[in-house]
Amino acid sequence: MANRAITFREIEGKGGFYALLAGCGVFLLLGAYAYFQMEHHGHVITGMDNQIVWGMPHVIALFLIVAASGALNVASIASVFGKSIYKPLAPLSALLALALMAGGLTVLMLDLGRSDRMIIAATHFNFKSVFALNVFLYTGFFAIVGAYLWFMMERRMNRWTTAAGVAAFIWRLTLTTGTGSVFGFLVAREAYQSAVLAPLFIVLSFAYGTALFLLTLAAASALGRLSLGAAVVQRLKNLLATFVAGALYLVVVFHLTNIYFTRNHGVEQFILLDGGIITGVFWVGQILIGSLLPLLLLLLPGRPEAALSRILTACVAVVIGGLAQMYVTIIGGQAWPLDLFPGYAARSSFFDGEIHAYAPSLVETLLGLGGFAIAAVIVIIALKVLRLLPEKLDDATLDPQQAKCTAS
Amino acid sequence: MSESEQSGRRAFLGATAAAAAAGLGFVALAPGMQLIKFAEAKAGMAGASSKVRWGMLIDTTRCATGCTDCVTACATENAIDPGSGRPGQSSQWIRKIELKEQSTGREISLPMMCQHCADPPCVDVCPTGASFKRADGIVLVDRHTCIGCRYCMMACPYKARSFVHETLTQQNPEVPRGKGCVESCTLCVQRVDKGQEPACVEACSKGDHTAMLFGDLNNPTSEIARRIATTASSQVRADLRLDPGVRYQGI
Amino acid sequence: MKPLLATLPARAKQYLFIALLCLAAPVSIAGVPKPVLTIENPGECVAPPEVIRRTHMDLLQHQRDKTLREGQRGARISLNACINCHASKSTGSVLGSNENFCQGCHAYVAVKLDCFECHQPRTGIAKATGVKP
Repeated sequence: MANRAITFREIEGKGGFYALLAGCGVFLLLGAYAYFQMEHHGHVITGMDNQIVWGMPHVIALFLIVAASGALNVASIASVFGKSIYKPLAPLSALLALALMAGGLTVLMLDLGRSDRMIIAATHFNFKSVFALNVFLYTGFFAIVGAYLWFMMERRMNRWTTAAGVAAFIWRLTLTTGTGSVFGFLVAREAYQSAVLAPLFIVLSFAYGTALFLLTLAAASALGRLSLGAAVVQRLKNLLATFVAGALYLVVVFHLTNIYFTRNHGVEQFILLDGGIITGVFWVGQILIGSLLPLLLLLLPGRPEAALSRILTACVAVVIGGLAQMYVTIIGGQAWPLDLFPGYAARSSFFDGEIHAYAPSLVETLLGLGGFAIAAVIVIIALKVLRLLPEKLDDATLDPQQAKCTAS
Repeated sequence: MSESEQSGRRAFLGATAAAAAAGLGFVALAPGMQLIKFAEAKAGMAGASSKVRWGMLIDTTRCATGCTDCVTACATENAIDPGSGRPGQSSQWIRKIELKEQSTGREISLPMMCQHCADPPCVDVCPTGASFKRADGIVLVDRHTCIGCRYCMMACPYKARSFVHETLTQQNPEVPRGKGCVESCTLCVQRVDKGQEPACVEACSKGDHTAMLFGDLNNPTSEIARRIATTASSQVRADLRLDPGVRYQGI
Repeated sequence: MKPLLATLPARAKQYLFIALLCLAAPVSIAGVPKPVLTIENPGECVAPPEVIRRTHMDLLQHQRDKTLREGQRGARISLNACINCHASKSTGSVLGSNENFCQGCHAYVAVKLDCFECHQPRTGIAKATGVKP
């Protein structure tokens, strides 16, 4: 039953298609407006300053980039690990990965102080810098996943799909390691400087990517007026639960290890107990909504009719938790002051020795949301012009053997 | 394809090709670029040398609480003004830190600026190589190449770097600074290259505090080298093994 | 709704295209008046005008690394020396109007000047010497 022919089709674009596209387009325009304001006036109009140098744009951009790598999961499981049930969904998975990466990278590049110097960034490289390596990893991601998508969709190139899938799989693990290492390699700040950040980011990417993929699949099937089969959703649900649990485990290990070191007691107490908004975002956003609630929704049995809505709620919760995780990592890590003189309390005109506050401004939040809009617009348009989705998404088409079993 | 259509197509292609060839020929016949070496530096013009390593020694016992002469001097020399943004967005290349030892209550005051490490983390993480260390040990930002990503600000263990948040117009001609780039203490490289000492050091000695000393760490006969070799001094966050060029006495 | 061009016969479309191509050239040449620059200090620049007109961007790019990264200084290699010599005597700057030295040509060829985001375009700014008296 290896090569059952499934017809792929563009969606017709009826119903709410253009309204949704227009809605995303509004956020796209707002993001562009925000960028031009920031570029013209400088970062003085944002909430970022010399203490919190990376803010909302980076929180959202890094979330999108980490999720992009994970969105390729379904395609990887199909091509690399040979689970044929996922093969019909692989093109959508690859496209989503490209779209999310485009959104995240755009926000990152537009937030640069000198965003007119992209050519400099692309021609001058300091190879000891993880950022410079990431430039290659991110552009390579576009090339490799683009080729992978093409191989999947072009019949005469289908025989190269597995090779491209393996290459994409290895590449995105490297890429996510690079992203985690951006923080892991910083020895200066107590909240970072940990080798576990790289594998943590990899497991986070699995969770965020799968959650976003499920949401996109549900949205695409609704837009294309296709009914979504329960079998593949069930398997993705179990996969997502595994990844969320894995991410929670690594977060616990990270914090437990930090708590063990006396010198890190300050920063851990700040994040876990008395950091105000950071603590709130950590416990409520990252742990409760982002990890515990999804596990409950995904693993506890409930009414079968409401299964899909439970799963989708869990996915939204994972996304919220992901943004919270990025917020705690990026903002929380910067809010805690550097300890230049251990054992001394410091005061200065440059905010030494005090917790750094951060209030995101509207412009930088709009810029970040523009990243989501870019990803959404790419996916929506691609669904309409490319043959990404199978003609039917029901169990009989996606997993005939399973359908036969349940039927008999 | 009919006969007339074919010949029409050929005529069209021929006309366009002729126009394109004429255009290309015009460009090629125009005088080409020459590599002119006229305005290059003459051989032997002095530059930075690795024989020298500039450093500073700060005696915190002579540094007075509440005195900001060094900060004022730096702001004057490098034309740094607070700007129109929030206080957190103003550039500060040097700052006075007031310390209080938590177990004993002892108070210390000292200036903190870029430590000009021998192994700077800011240089390691800069994606374009804009953050670099000159041969004589001064760590600088090449603002022609800086893209304003602020990764060096995340990486600096001394929080020495500032980001320029808005357009500047009142720069000192010898100290170019601009919006969107990261900057930090340059050890007054424009003065050092003329044989002077940094503005903060000069202000401190003019004010009779003499808490700051500047000199060549590699020259065993310089006052700073002699003082470091005889009296105890320490580097901030020495456990990071960055070997800063700025040392402190009395911490 | 068929586009208008689709209704024209093939040969007419070809000639229209060539005609537009030929029209574009004289229009672009005759458009903007050439810059009229004021040379404040006539004499010798670091290179003859024909040469420096074409190569100053390469010279500047090369020299800036020599000064910044290698620490080489001197009159022939300093941007401030160029500005001091070329700045308009009336405004004291190389920017501000299209008669000024840098801005005049750059406005004409529509090449954005990046230098003066950081470098001071005005002369006569009192160089700070240290503590304010």
